[in-house]
Amino acid sequence: MNEMRYEAPETIEAAIALLVAQEHQPRVFAGGTDLIVQLKAEMIEPGMLVDIKKIKEPREIIISAEEISIGSAVSGAEIGENAELKALFPGVVESVQLIGSDQVQGRATIGGNFCNASPAADSVPALIAANAKAVIAGPDGVRKVDVADLLVKPGQTSLTTGEFIVSFVFPRPPKNTGEAYLRFIPRTEMDIAVVGAGVSVTLNPDGTCAAARLALGAVAPTARLVEPASDILVGNKLEEGVLADLAAAASAACQPIDDKRGTIEFRTKVAGVLACRATKIAWERAEKN
Amino acid sequence: MSKYLVTANINGDEVDFACHADQTLMEILRENLNMTGTKNGCGSGDCGACTVIMNGRPVNSCLVLGAELQGAEIETIEGMSKGNELHPLQQKFLDHAALQCGICTPGFLNMAKSLLEKNPDPTETEVRYALAGNLCRCTGYDKIVRAVLDAAEEMRTTSS
Repeated sequence: MNEMRYEAPETIEAAIALLVAQEHQPRVFAGGTDLIVQLKAEMIEPGMLVDIKKIKEPREIIISAEEISIGSAVSGAEIGENAELKALFPGVVESVQLIGSDQVQGRATIGGNFCNASPAADSVPALIAANAKAVIAGPDGVRKVDVADLLVKPGQTSLTTGEFIVSFVFPRPPKNTGEAYLRFIPRTEMDIAVVGAGVSVTLNPDGTCAAARLALGAVAPTARLVEPASDILVGNKLEEGVLADLAAAASAACQPIDDKRGTIEFRTKVAGVLACRATKIAWERAEKN
Repeated sequence: MSKYLVTANINGDEVDFACHADQTLMEILRENLNMTGTKNGCGSGDCGACTVIMNGRPVNSCLVLGAELQGAEIETIEGMSKGNELHPLQQKFLDHAALQCGICTPGFLNMAKSLLEKNPDPTETEVRYALAGNLCRCTGYDKIVRAVLDAAEEMRTTSS
């Protein structure tokens, strides 16, 4: 058997050139916190690792007047240390900060969390709620795709041969926008979401909801946008009846599995509870922004 | 045959090593460089025993590849004391009997050192969260947390 190669290209083009060569069975390598584990467990046997950390674009956080961009190979620790990013997208930053220990945070990247495509990945519901698009480079050029549209099933995205995510871009949130991400785990730290809920809310000057997005993780084969949540919240204030409808819509969106970490019944119920709690936090933040 | 020739700075010294693409930093430290202070616990980033400081951040060295380390700065447990003078954290771990078998200790020490550099006056809760990625199966965590808090206090006193 040929020994695995390690390559660290310095441009996007050079990375694509390596990734299209399927005879080498290449894999994109960023933080390595999932990939090295899979490699050592012999779950994967790539012929080549293409390290994207030496390329400029996946390593940058860019905050401009219109758009915010987080490079796919930016680590959780780096995201958590960016105060401006935290103020703009507290839900996304909170979600990334929940992934693993501080040691894992030093390496694990936002793009890796997404591409590992775990249904329970913490960053994914938050990215969907924040209306993020993935900027994907590949042999046919660059395309921008809503993150939710890239998720196929557990462990699989719809990225094609030679493609990799360079960054995630977000429209700058309008005034009076707030975000939050909450998850349920049986412990207080270092665990995998049983349910995750990401919310983004924008308020009108009269305090009613102008726009809202709710996304859930760990309750279906992929994280998903709860589309009815927007209609339930828009035009309304955060009153009891509205919250009851929101919880019901969140629970109705669930198609979870039964496993040792949570039953179908539990996950379905908790999805409603977390949707409401995260919405309340996002709402309070929106009032202050 | 090893394919990758890498020069990294380890505990202040330029070190050259040759490695395969699938060799982790932990394996290189222990097997190529005979720096066995870094311990192999789980090999999957769960236990923190192999924690080292890489370019100023704590990482699990079992989840870092040697091939990516050209020019990197690595701090391991071997660099923590100054000659025979123990780091305050090391001394406090002894004073508080915060270790038994010792396998988890280098990882805890590196993690605690990294925490105190960022936050010289942590609360007990902050210490517990910072050490959440380090598992100890014999001493228990109370003595470790007390040792870290005591070292933090001493380091604040001596630096002020």
